[in-house]
Amino acid sequence: MFMQINNLKVHYPVRGGFFNRVIDHVHAVDGITMEFEKGKAYGLVGESGCGKSTTGKSIIGLEKITSGKIIYEGEDVTNKRRDRKSAYNRDIQMIFQDSHSAMNPRKRVQDILAEPIRNFLKLSPQEERRRINELLAIVGMPEDSRLKYPHEFSGGQKQRLGIARAIATNPKIIIADEPVSALDLSVQAQVLNFMKDIQNEYGLTYLFISHDLGVVKHMCDHISIMYKGRFVETGSTGEIFGNPQHIYTKRLLSAIPEVSPNGREERKRERLNVETHYQKEHSKSFDEKGRVFDLVPISNSHFVAASPTSKEVI
Amino acid sequence: MKTTDELLRIRDLHTGFRIKDTYFDAVDGVSLSLRKNEILAIVGESGCGKSTLATSVIGLLDRNKTRIQGEILYKNKNLASMTEDELNEIRGLDISMIFQDPLSALNPLMRIGDQIEESLIYHTDLTKEQRRERVIELLNQVGIRNPERVARQFPHQLSGGMRQRVIIAIAISCKPQIIIADEPTTALDVTIQAQILDLLIDLQNETGAGIILITHDLGVVAEVADRVAVMYAGEIIEEAPVEELFNNPKHPYTRSLFNSIPQMNEENARLNVIEGIVPSLINLPREGCRFSSRISWIPEEAHEDNPTLHEVSPGHFVRCTCWKHFHFKSDIGGSHHVYAD
Repeated sequence: MFMQINNLKVHYPVRGGFFNRVIDHVHAVDGITMEFEKGKAYGLVGESGCGKSTTGKSIIGLEKITSGKIIYEGEDVTNKRRDRKSAYNRDIQMIFQDSHSAMNPRKRVQDILAEPIRNFLKLSPQEERRRINELLAIVGMPEDSRLKYPHEFSGGQKQRLGIARAIATNPKIIIADEPVSALDLSVQAQVLNFMKDIQNEYGLTYLFISHDLGVVKHMCDHISIMYKGRFVETGSTGEIFGNPQHIYTKRLLSAIPEVSPNGREERKRERLNVETHYQKEHSKSFDEKGRVFDLVPISNSHFVAASPTSKEVI
Repeated sequence: MKTTDELLRIRDLHTGFRIKDTYFDAVDGVSLSLRKNEILAIVGESGCGKSTLATSVIGLLDRNKTRIQGEILYKNKNLASMTEDELNEIRGLDISMIFQDPLSALNPLMRIGDQIEESLIYHTDLTKEQRRERVIELLNQVGIRNPERVARQFPHQLSGGMRQRVIIAIAISCKPQIIIADEPTTALDVTIQAQILDLLIDLQNETGAGIILITHDLGVVAEVADRVAVMYAGEIIEEAPVEELFNNPKHPYTRSLFNSIPQMNEENARLNVIEGIVPSLINLPREGCRFSSRISWIPEEAHEDNPTLHEVSPGHFVRCTCWKHFHFKSDIGGSHHVYAD
């Protein structure tokens, strides 16, 4: 096993009352477990506010973890996530949704790309220059863009610069938080193709966070569906799309518009069907507090949240 | 075309923005008509002029910085040449708009009920009690469960989907003939998106209004539209009934767009990338086929000198003749791996 996340929890305190004491907690991420294999792409899907971005940020160390463990190459790195000397910090990088606001507008491209290099690799100025040119070549940008500023690029180009920065230190895992949701269709295609290419070439592992099931299906080998900070279902892409078990997954799948007008009346009927089913079965699929049940295996790779009392899967 | 059903007719519309004392047309010669009980989708990528087209119709553009030429005919009156006061009589009553971001379209300091009531005060002679009743009725109509309570709430207390329902309630409050929906579901989750789209269709079936739906999402178009116009660089490049457009797309741009969708059924296939970038307003080629620079492997002779819309089958219009000679670059092998800039 390459990397493992065990029972990860991120709770935020809610303050209030007379002394501004902690009166409650928001369970943003509430006990999720994931296993990563090298060179595979993992999708994390859910609606806004389900905790998918928090999960990504806490794995890379941008968010404090309340409890749980991250094990990377056999070593517990939970408390070393922000330690510059640890290999983990170098091996894991992130691509952000809005590459424009993720880059310092007053820095030139060469300084933006040099930042991770200067942090983690001890290179001479000449080597650094060479590495930057190499990175620009990998993402298909001309060499003269190194002297430009972020605002001089289009959205797709900026996203490619964001990717160049993420791969500067030869990472092994990349967390991509909605990397294409701000892009137009044809530019999105360009970035997705490119992400696949570098994955094949460098054996990268992706954690692909998105609300767009079409994109996730295209990119990922394994998908986890998240709701209220917990997984409702996790399995291979084929299992999730071909054999969805949890009512929440079914509801999400039925809501995706299909790119064909043929049979749309039927799809609408099906969607309303699933919706009434969802409203009716809600109490059976979630416990009294509305929390998602623990996962129960239904095959080697396919897990579904199910009530411990019900024998058969919902 | 049955003229009796026609609600709105746009004829050769040019909307230009002033940049350094020169006007550049963002909408460049668009002609369209909207019929009763129809959802007309206008699709295209950012910068193609689809939102400018919508805001021209409802007259929301700053007149000091824009120039509108051409005709927007509604009930034999030209909206493009109306004064602000004349437009106010029509906006909200005959034509209303649904915006993308419901939070910034609502007044944060006003209760929901009062915001819905506003256009009723302006356009109708209802008494206060009648207006209150109508507000509750409207909230019910858009599927809000406890309307009395929601009417007293403020926008920040509602979820994104609820806010969009409120916006729709405002839009339909005076039973308009035409609704313009500019990316109405882009800011919403898919499950909420499905509910809002279903709601729009249901309301349309009840009222018989014509809807102009502006969107970049071809999935949404496939689910709800009756007729589709595809825009590129300020022009309509293809227009067809929805089944025809999705089953039989003709223009190279339309076909390229379809091929770049991560299709729900093909995995691991490479997505199509359109070469080059959308030209900026200033650099827009005003002569010849505007898409030609992005399909450089198609010979120049394939394009028309002055591309016009040709009717290839009933109701299906395609601009230029290049579609007859179009093939994807990857079809002749080789150059997949070139990343366009």
